[in-house]
Amino acid sequence: MTNGVDTMRTLTYREAVREAIREAMQKDDRVFLMGEDVGRYGGCFAVSKGLLEEFGPERIRDTPLSESGFTGAGIGAALGGMRPIVEIMTVNFSLLAADQIINNAAVYLHMSGGLFNVPIVIRLATGGGRQLAAQHSRSLEGWYAHIPGIKVLSPATLEDARGMLWTALQDPDPVLIFENSGLYNMKGMLSVDAGPVDIDRARVRREGRHVSIISYSASLFKSLDAAEILSKEGIETEVIDLRTLRPLDEKTFLDSVAKTHRALIVDEGWRTGSLAAEISARIMEGAFYELDAPVERLCSAEVPLPYAKHLEEAALPQVDKIVDRVRKMVGGDG
Amino acid sequence: MAEFRMPSLGSDMEEGILVEWLVKPGDRVKRRDVIAVVETDKAAIEIEVFEDGVIDEILVPPGRKVPVGTVLAMIRTEAGQGAVFPKEKKFLVEDAPPTGAEIEGKAPPASDVPLVPASTTSLKRIKASPYARRLAAEQAIDLRRLKGTGPGGIINAADVEAVVPTAKAVPPTQPPTVSAVEKSVVKDYAAAMRRAIAKAMVRSNREIPHYYLQTRIDMSRTLRRLESDNLKRSIKERILPVVPLIKAVALALGDVPELNGYWIEDRHQPQEAINIGFAIALRQGGLITPAILNADLKNLDELMASLRDLITRARSGGLRSSEMTEATVTVTSLGDLGVEALYGVIYPPQVALIGFGKIMEQPWAESGMLTVRPILTATLAADHRATDGRRGAQFLDALNRYLQEPLTL
Repeated sequence: MTNGVDTMRTLTYREAVREAIREAMQKDDRVFLMGEDVGRYGGCFAVSKGLLEEFGPERIRDTPLSESGFTGAGIGAALGGMRPIVEIMTVNFSLLAADQIINNAAVYLHMSGGLFNVPIVIRLATGGGRQLAAQHSRSLEGWYAHIPGIKVLSPATLEDARGMLWTALQDPDPVLIFENSGLYNMKGMLSVDAGPVDIDRARVRREGRHVSIISYSASLFKSLDAAEILSKEGIETEVIDLRTLRPLDEKTFLDSVAKTHRALIVDEGWRTGSLAAEISARIMEGAFYELDAPVERLCSAEVPLPYAKHLEEAALPQVDKIVDRVRKMVGGDG
Repeated sequence: MAEFRMPSLGSDMEEGILVEWLVKPGDRVKRRDVIAVVETDKAAIEIEVFEDGVIDEILVPPGRKVPVGTVLAMIRTEAGQGAVFPKEKKFLVEDAPPTGAEIEGKAPPASDVPLVPASTTSLKRIKASPYARRLAAEQAIDLRRLKGTGPGGIINAADVEAVVPTAKAVPPTQPPTVSAVEKSVVKDYAAAMRRAIAKAMVRSNREIPHYYLQTRIDMSRTLRRLESDNLKRSIKERILPVVPLIKAVALALGDVPELNGYWIEDRHQPQEAINIGFAIALRQGGLITPAILNADLKNLDELMASLRDLITRARSGGLRSSEMTEATVTVTSLGDLGVEALYGVIYPPQVALIGFGKIMEQPWAESGMLTVRPILTATLAADHRATDGRRGAQFLDALNRYLQEPLTL
């Protein structure tokens, strides 16, 4: 790098994902994108806008409303030597393709005795907070993180949005990338030469010594905002971005808990049977004697997400709730 | 009355942490019962008792590090029933001068000094966070002395840290609190293990005049027998090639007993029992050599079971004190890593170490014919003070002989 001005530029999360797809298409002609509205309409979140003109209908393929069908076709293409990127418009609709993902993609390598792997990448939008009501606001990535045989990624930062796709395409096994739809408009600085990133490690996004917040995706930024507020009160919060939900990089968060002795998990999924529950259990197994307070979880209210803006906001984890919870956990000895 | 002392679990051990009592005053114990767990630099070891009797008093609370030889508990033995001795308290603390007569079944003296185990003195459970408990144990602070300021009166780390200075400020008769250096060493298991190994090996190289012998052994007969035996077994019961080697070592030591035993205080002390210490690499690094007791009396199945059991327990914790202290000779094998021959460093105060390399197909001349045979390089490192090369050679010769007659194994 020479200097900051020339090597950084401003772009959105959406543009970072688009760049990643474009780079993958240019690098490897086995890569193609398919999904509902990805072509002529430019993607329902405008992620693939312009790609049809650039790469043509052979490689940017519009599909009918048939998640099971086109996900299955993607799996077949992957088995046939292609490197498909399948876009499922949102995780809510992925349930129609769950059979393909869970019963086929995840187990093919095992069922074939190691003969056939499925190098497919499935991108899905997830999350609430955009007033799309109950059927369009689910955060089901934790369900997929339950399944052995697939990797589940959750890029929060621009760097990860830009870099995880190529790493995922290099993976011989199925990888699901969950993009929180609330992040697509997020703007930020990214290096001109940003490229592939690892998908194996969680990251400490902010260092602190009083409490660890373990989070991912959109909740990461709420946690970072909360940490900023808390730091003014003398509470130093460590914020961890899980990045990969399966397999979990537990060393990073266990090390953090060993340092801070308190853990709060912020997860947009529901609390019961959640990823937050899994992380909490792992802290009990791996760092029990480091705990100075019970592990806490801040998840979405256990209701179908409401349409009304104020109700939806009330149902999701928010900065003020995080601040409030941490204050109680630290209990004034900051 | 008998004294139960902190045992030495290896020549390199100077002190140990009494981690846990598995008995309480009034409990009846038999010889070989495991009554406590002690953590050394190498591992947590279950400590056995050597008398039949009744636990009278526990003198060292869990969490305390004490030197080898410290009296940990008093045991009323059958022989000493009724007899009362003024107690020699090597360890205890300011307010506990010998109190003369003790009455049967009396609970340990209630002192407000560090960490009398809550279970024996108070039935009330103290609410403290796991981290606070750990800190308190490390600093030898009695949680009952603390007032919790956490939610619902829970004692948290801050409450413990608040009293640390006071705890440190009672030096004269207070046993030394664990220093920062020691603490970090205890935490850093790998470093502690390295130090322990370093100490033993430095002593070995300084004190023991080693001599080394090496021989190559044709393993075809033994392996053939093992193979045909293993065919009759389920996969789980199959015997690894190292097992007949251990057995052959045990038998050969029977023929050359001078190599089986110790050199202590300028005196050679051969041992009758043949307890073979087997070097086991630990996953976190380092190694430990627990003993297969009475290896010469065990058949191959029993040896295999012992070995499997030892390896499992060495890696998960739960080795017993007798296994750690009673090895009379050590066997180490690096064959699985492809090493052809190894020249070991004797583990003091033992007087010999047998090393095995990899069994490799090699050209082998026999009766004027050249063939290919599975060949093992066996080495002996022995203490020249205890034996001479000639006895060592006889041992290797015997070892070879047993391995040529697998039916004797």
